[in-house]
Amino acid sequence: MITRFKTMLMMFVLFSLTAFCAYATGEKMMSVQVRQGQIRSTPSFLGRIVVNLSYGDRVQVREEKGSWIRVSVPGSRAGGWIHASALTTKKIVIRAGTKDVSLAASADELALAGKGFNKQVEQEFKVKNPKIDFTWVDRMEKIVVTPNQIKRFLKKGGLSAGGGGR
Amino acid sequence: MMKSDRREFLNLSGKYILGAGLAPLFSALISGCKTMEAVTKIGTSIAVSQGVIDESQADSINKSASAVARSFQDITPEQEYYIGRTVAATITAKYRPYNKPQANMFLNVLGKALAQASELPETFGSYHFLILNSDEINAFAAPGGLIFVTRGMLRCCKHEDAAAAVLAHEIGHVQLKHGLQAIKKSRITSALTTLAIEGTKSFGQKELAQLTETFEDSISDITSTLVNNGYSRSFELEADMAAVKILKNVGYDPNGLVDMLNVMKKRLKPGRLDFAKTHPPPAVRIAALRKHIGRYTKVKTAGPRQPRFMAVFRNI
Repeated sequence: MITRFKTMLMMFVLFSLTAFCAYATGEKMMSVQVRQGQIRSTPSFLGRIVVNLSYGDRVQVREEKGSWIRVSVPGSRAGGWIHASALTTKKIVIRAGTKDVSLAASADELALAGKGFNKQVEQEFKVKNPKIDFTWVDRMEKIVVTPNQIKRFLKKGGLSAGGGGR
Repeated sequence: MMKSDRREFLNLSGKYILGAGLAPLFSALISGCKTMEAVTKIGTSIAVSQGVIDESQADSINKSASAVARSFQDITPEQEYYIGRTVAATITAKYRPYNKPQANMFLNVLGKALAQASELPETFGSYHFLILNSDEINAFAAPGGLIFVTRGMLRCCKHEDAAAAVLAHEIGHVQLKHGLQAIKKSRITSALTTLAIEGTKSFGQKELAQLTETFEDSISDITSTLVNNGYSRSFELEADMAAVKILKNVGYDPNGLVDMLNVMKKRLKPGRLDFAKTHPPPAVRIAALRKHIGRYTKVKTAGPRQPRFMAVFRNI
């Protein structure tokens, strides 16, 4: 009898947890998971850039439309559309301490900026592998294509903006 | 076994099975909210507090859930970026880049337009494209979006729609994270363990050495797959399907991929270290594409795209 009561109690607690999680996801904060994120005036890469965001910046989700998310930036009046692939539900800790590391190792809500495979590891790799030259990688990363170049290229070629997988 | 002992044994077994079974089950139900591992911990801690299972049993359930949760998906976009940079550097150490800014710029504008129409338009360091000065028919995508195409491959492209198809296929590999999946799982677990015991801003020398070794092994897993062994046939066909979707989103004719594969079929020489070794035969890919896009129709080259494409790639 007592065992059955314990089992029912456990199931009730877990059910409540499920309901709480569903409720909690209703109002969502997300983080920018790319080095530079852009909020645009419309849900398209051709939309005007309203504000630039940095890695780890938090945004509040207002509306979702396909792969685009309308967000607002807490503490400012800025808002607009950003592609879902630029965001994560994880909180990104920029300057992680010991406590954050142990938390991140046990849970999935945290991502640690600059941890794991990082610039320091790349540097160490370069020391161990001096024949692997990064010059061209750095050069190709510096090739910048502006939104206007893409816009003109698509228009002249009789093409349309993909809209980020729509 | 005494009757009371048997009852106790059955009771304990039942509790363990209940605890072990329910925790992951409920975890799976609410996986949209927390990870399997984190929720399993909650489930097991409740089970412990209720006396259904004991501490050591809970620990063992948590450990197995932790092993399940650790995979390539735990690699953050930032770490993927550093992996991709080193894979790219390894490729440029093997193949000399083609130093023609105009051709590389064209490839970047085309590639970016396609990437924006993919399901992963944003990566940590963004997409970048580079031509390799090689007659070999080949193309590589490093994780995070550093993409390389050889001159030999571009010579198989008779129009812009075909070149777009080559880039869209490579973007497909990035989007589907095929490169990261080439890393042996044990390396990811090892890297995450190093991360877990490391608590300060900078790594200690021992941890840095360990992590760099895992990093080197991971790079080697990816580059040997890209250059020597190739992905599985299913990954290649998945990348073709992703390419078709990307091409259609922008307005390119997916038959451009069929055209490129037909030229490639004639030019590939068996036994060479290029697409002949690392990809399914073009005929297999064409057959799979036909099922997806229907009967072949000739790609229109009368429009505005052909002159601009030929202006840059006529003498590639």
